[in-house]
Amino acid sequence: MGIAWAILSRLAKAAITLLLIVILNFFLIHAAPGDPAAVMAGEAGAADEKFIAQLRAQFGLDQPLYVQFWTYVSGVVQLDLGYSYRQQMPVLDLILDRLPATLLLTLTAFFMSLLLGIVFGLAAAARQGRWGDSAITSVALLFYATPLFWVALMAVVLFSVKLGWFPAFGYGSVGAGYTGFELLLDRLRHLFLPALTLGLFFMAVYLRMTRSSVLEVSQMDFVKTARAKGLNERVIRRRHILRNALLPVVTLAGLQAGQLVGGAVLTETVFAWPGIGRLMFESLTARDYNTLLGVFLVSAAMVIAFNIITDLVYRLIDPRI
Amino acid sequence: MMDFLKRFSRNKGALLGALILIVVVLLAVFAPLIYPDSPWKMVQRPFLTPFSTDGFPLGTDTLGRDVAAGLVHGARVSLIVGLVSTLVALLIGVPLGALAGFYGGLVDDGAMRFTEFFQTIPNFALAIVLVAILEPTLPTITLAIAIVSWPPVARLVRAEVLSLRNREFVDAARLAGLSNMRILFGHILPNAMSPIIVMASLMVATAILLESSLSFLGLGDPNIMSWGYMIGAARTVIRNAWWLSFIPGVAILLTVLALNLIGEGLNDALNPRLARKGR
Repeated sequence: MGIAWAILSRLAKAAITLLLIVILNFFLIHAAPGDPAAVMAGEAGAADEKFIAQLRAQFGLDQPLYVQFWTYVSGVVQLDLGYSYRQQMPVLDLILDRLPATLLLTLTAFFMSLLLGIVFGLAAAARQGRWGDSAITSVALLFYATPLFWVALMAVVLFSVKLGWFPAFGYGSVGAGYTGFELLLDRLRHLFLPALTLGLFFMAVYLRMTRSSVLEVSQMDFVKTARAKGLNERVIRRRHILRNALLPVVTLAGLQAGQLVGGAVLTETVFAWPGIGRLMFESLTARDYNTLLGVFLVSAAMVIAFNIITDLVYRLIDPRI
Repeated sequence: MMDFLKRFSRNKGALLGALILIVVVLLAVFAPLIYPDSPWKMVQRPFLTPFSTDGFPLGTDTLGRDVAAGLVHGARVSLIVGLVSTLVALLIGVPLGALAGFYGGLVDDGAMRFTEFFQTIPNFALAIVLVAILEPTLPTITLAIAIVSWPPVARLVRAEVLSLRNREFVDAARLAGLSNMRILFGHILPNAMSPIIVMASLMVATAILLESSLSFLGLGDPNIMSWGYMIGAARTVIRNAWWLSFIPGVAILLTVLALNLIGEGLNDALNPRLARKGR
């Protein structure tokens, strides 16, 4: 009962948010300098007067604004994200084509950064105030200040150009004809650098959260009580501190994870990773606004889905809710 | 004030941050004196390596433009966008959060739903869409960054006002017959300043990262030299001339790091009680 209700109310909220984004998109198209028809067509090669006039009629741009608004919103609600004149394909098909690559990248980066962040955060907290702690937190501070796209480029220079350990770009070796295990290995080799560089910033965030959470919980009364009872320090660490300290970290991490989708635009651009982030960059340079806004909407939907899943996982783990 | 300076300067990281930031600010302010020529001007053969030619300490880029000149002029954009967008974000977030926390009820509900909505949208994606559609110019870039940065300010200010609004000094002000607005902006908000200042210093850092990311993607003002643009322009020659991407990146890293260090130092100096908790 509790969970079903929670899911329903989250879904309703998500639907409203997405609708608001659709409305925002509509106004953005009309806020763009120039004729919306020209905006929709982009520099579609054939953007001559006749084509634009045809578009204007097709999208009812000669109609009053509220009619256009209704046409647009009801279209998107039926999953019609418009047509990309650049790529000669419906925007939805373009995005669905690219979505798996982005999901693979962002999920890998998320779990990698969460795992590394927690491990190093715990290590720092255990060495609180000593040089090991300072070393770990200083490195975290450095990653926290590093531009994502720059660290990606530098990783390419070091690991692919100089050392040759990992491929510099792409989703897999083209024309290698790998199958089965070889294919998996090849994909992982291509995935490693993008996921690592996308995750570094977030690893720093999770590391700092873990460290301060552990230190905070260690000061709490129930830990002092456990210690006063004469419990083994190892048991206190694992059963009392770790459990209580990690729960908020995991939750906050899940909420932050949505921002990975934004970062993916940069990572995918640098590594030519064929996901929706790269699609966003391509539509940007091609002034293909239908695709741009479609990707924007889908990435917001991904963030919302991420948040709902985190919420559910949290409810399942934490018996208090 | 002296007390504050003493506490701030006890933090070595914060001092280092302040030192770096002062250098960057000086370079930005005196850029037109140090390099009076436009940083776009082609001045030498392209691809001169750093430290190889007199007068061009950091070499030249793919088109023969002076890298050092670009770096110095780029500091201006980073600092201006970082500062102004943070100010605009404060102008949106502080009043919204203050009103929400002070009045509660429907005002609070409305304001917080609005804030939540903006927090759900992926920051960077929204900034990209805004700048791409409104055309990249210095004002649109600044505005877009402000629009994606204000929600945490609103939440922070709301929480601060909530915790302050039932204190005795507020009751006293009310008894003295002050208007709601005078109480909120004259008495409550000044007491909430220190966490806002800390957050603002960190926001400048994030804004600089956002600006450089946008201009890396080609969404910078086409008339203004920026660090992100320099990296983006050198990306295609990364195999042969990696330093062209490396150098501006170090500039971004140092500036952002400096601001983060200053933010932590301010936090320790302004909230001594909180600061001790984490160690």
